[in-house]
Amino acid sequence: MVKILNLAARNLLRYRRRTGLTAFLIVIGMVAVLVFVAVTGSFKSMMIGQITDSFLGQVQVHRRGFVASVESLPLNMNMPAQLAERVHKALETAPGVVAHAPRIKFGAMFSNFTETTSVRVNGIDPATEALVSPLLAKRQNSGTVGPTLLAPGEILVPDLVARGLKVKAGDTVVLVATNRDGSVNGKTFTIRGTLDSATGPGGRDGYIHLDDARTLLRLDQPEVTEYAIRIGGSEDAEAVAERLASIFSDTKNKEGQPILEVHPWQKLSPFSNIASMIDLLAISIKIMLVAIVLVSVMNVMIMAVYERIREIGTILAIGTPPGRILWLFLNEGLLLGIAGTVAGVLISIGSILLIAAIGPTFTFGQQRGLVMSPDLPWMDMASVSAMVILIAVLASLQPAWKASKMDPITALRHV
Amino acid sequence: MSLIQAQALEKTYRAGDVDVHAVRGVDFTIEAASFAAFVGPSGSGKSTVLNMIGCLDHPTGGMLKVLDTDVSLLNRETGAAFRGNNIGFIFQDFNLVPVLTAYENVEYPLIMVQDWPAADRAKRVKELLEAVGMSDQADKRPDQLSGGQKQRVAVARALVARSKLVLADEPTANLDHDTAYRIIELLKGMRDEYGTTFIFSTHDPKIMGEAEVTFTLEDGRMQTLNGGSRPPDTRIGSEASHG
Repeated sequence: MVKILNLAARNLLRYRRRTGLTAFLIVIGMVAVLVFVAVTGSFKSMMIGQITDSFLGQVQVHRRGFVASVESLPLNMNMPAQLAERVHKALETAPGVVAHAPRIKFGAMFSNFTETTSVRVNGIDPATEALVSPLLAKRQNSGTVGPTLLAPGEILVPDLVARGLKVKAGDTVVLVATNRDGSVNGKTFTIRGTLDSATGPGGRDGYIHLDDARTLLRLDQPEVTEYAIRIGGSEDAEAVAERLASIFSDTKNKEGQPILEVHPWQKLSPFSNIASMIDLLAISIKIMLVAIVLVSVMNVMIMAVYERIREIGTILAIGTPPGRILWLFLNEGLLLGIAGTVAGVLISIGSILLIAAIGPTFTFGQQRGLVMSPDLPWMDMASVSAMVILIAVLASLQPAWKASKMDPITALRHV
Repeated sequence: MSLIQAQALEKTYRAGDVDVHAVRGVDFTIEAASFAAFVGPSGSGKSTVLNMIGCLDHPTGGMLKVLDTDVSLLNRETGAAFRGNNIGFIFQDFNLVPVLTAYENVEYPLIMVQDWPAADRAKRVKELLEAVGMSDQADKRPDQLSGGQKQRVAVARALVARSKLVLADEPTANLDHDTAYRIIELLKGMRDEYGTTFIFSTHDPKIMGEAEVTFTLEDGRMQTLNGGSRPPDTRIGSEASHG
């Protein structure tokens, strides 16, 4: 085996320029794929982190139908106190759930006493919300930044609204909301600070204390619109959502339909479509790599067989088993694939580390100054390397097969 | 005991719509440790006979036994194994593997054809290189060797796996006069030392003169059987230089 590998290596080095060019093509393809995967993977995980950790949560539990009508933020879709308590207890013991936070979501009119605009508001419990949305505090760009997100009587105002109505931290504003029975109620708040916008629905919401929300909406019972959930680091949001849906499937209405629905972040944020497109692009570029490797290795191996027909005839004549000739040419393809892969991985690692060291910044939607910090995609490196090597061997299969099936007399007569 | 027996041996090719009778009912026997030659003009069928003896081609009629094996029964794999174990080849163009050194070319059949242990392999290769006078050129590649040196390496390669039979297709055609004689002398020496049977296909009068048995083919038929007479005008003095 070692001797065959050695012979295969020497055969490859016989045509240094051609072998080098083919290996170079593989390297270019590998670097393109791995750097793309690292950069887009970094962008994707950063954006997902921003979305889930700064306002959305990774999984949410609602009453069935709420998400479908989320634009109108209907108060009649809140979980009644008894149901909310049942969900809270279930989440405390649910596997994979690290933290959960109750929210009341509603639409309101925001006024600085001279001007008024509409705003979406989240009533939150600051302590649990900080666990579910650890980056929410970092979005605060002005005002008091303390140990808690906010206190009763305070409001965190989205930056766009604050600028539009020319209000700032410390100002008094009023929120006016329509209650479930159709009546209107208002409450004054002190602006604790303003929030940077975040990408996606909910990225431009205001925040008040949960108790204030209940007061404003005149909710007698501790109702909840949704529970936002943070999952364990190794958990998959969709898998946890599925598990929770199974847990809550017993909770049914009089018609026997499940009352609750569970959504992972992918079902709640349009960024999941962008993430899917990025994944699709990565697959496309991998397919291009496969084509590059397949065509270039097959081409070089076809040439190798054609140029060595007499040599193949000789080694067949002296009794080399056809299987060994097949194996010899497969080894040449294998070594070519390995050489291109090793060089490709090394150059990719260098390129990715360089990008991470430079840390280029970019803007996405309303978010500015996002820093590109790609990680080394070890899993992709392993899978792409294995794929390239496998394709190189497969590309050698036809020429190797042809070599092993050659008629020695015809091959020896070849000029 | 006869090493090779052929009776009514035939080989017909299909070339387009035409049947080409390359060998037509040839009978011959070759004894072990012979120095035999098939001679004749181009297209006479001598190379075809050699190919059939070497299990590279199948007879289309008659019987051909090599080392008591009916070669028409061998398929691609068993034919390769039979060649690897019993038959060595020497080619007109030497046909050494260009990326291997002289040593590695000789070693090649012991690795790729037979699986010899490393120590035995090294001993055997050195022995053969010594026998053909190429020990001091063992590390050179074919492109660094002269024609005669290449053919010496090819002879060593043909004999290294203890082949009982060596088939040589025009082995001196690409060599100068003196070198050709050196190679013939070398082959005879190998025959004497190892008891190997050498069969040539040639129109080189030097080989015809040295052959102990000569089979003359013409138009696929055996013409005469020569018991090894050596034409005096084809001999050369022994002072010829190494090739």
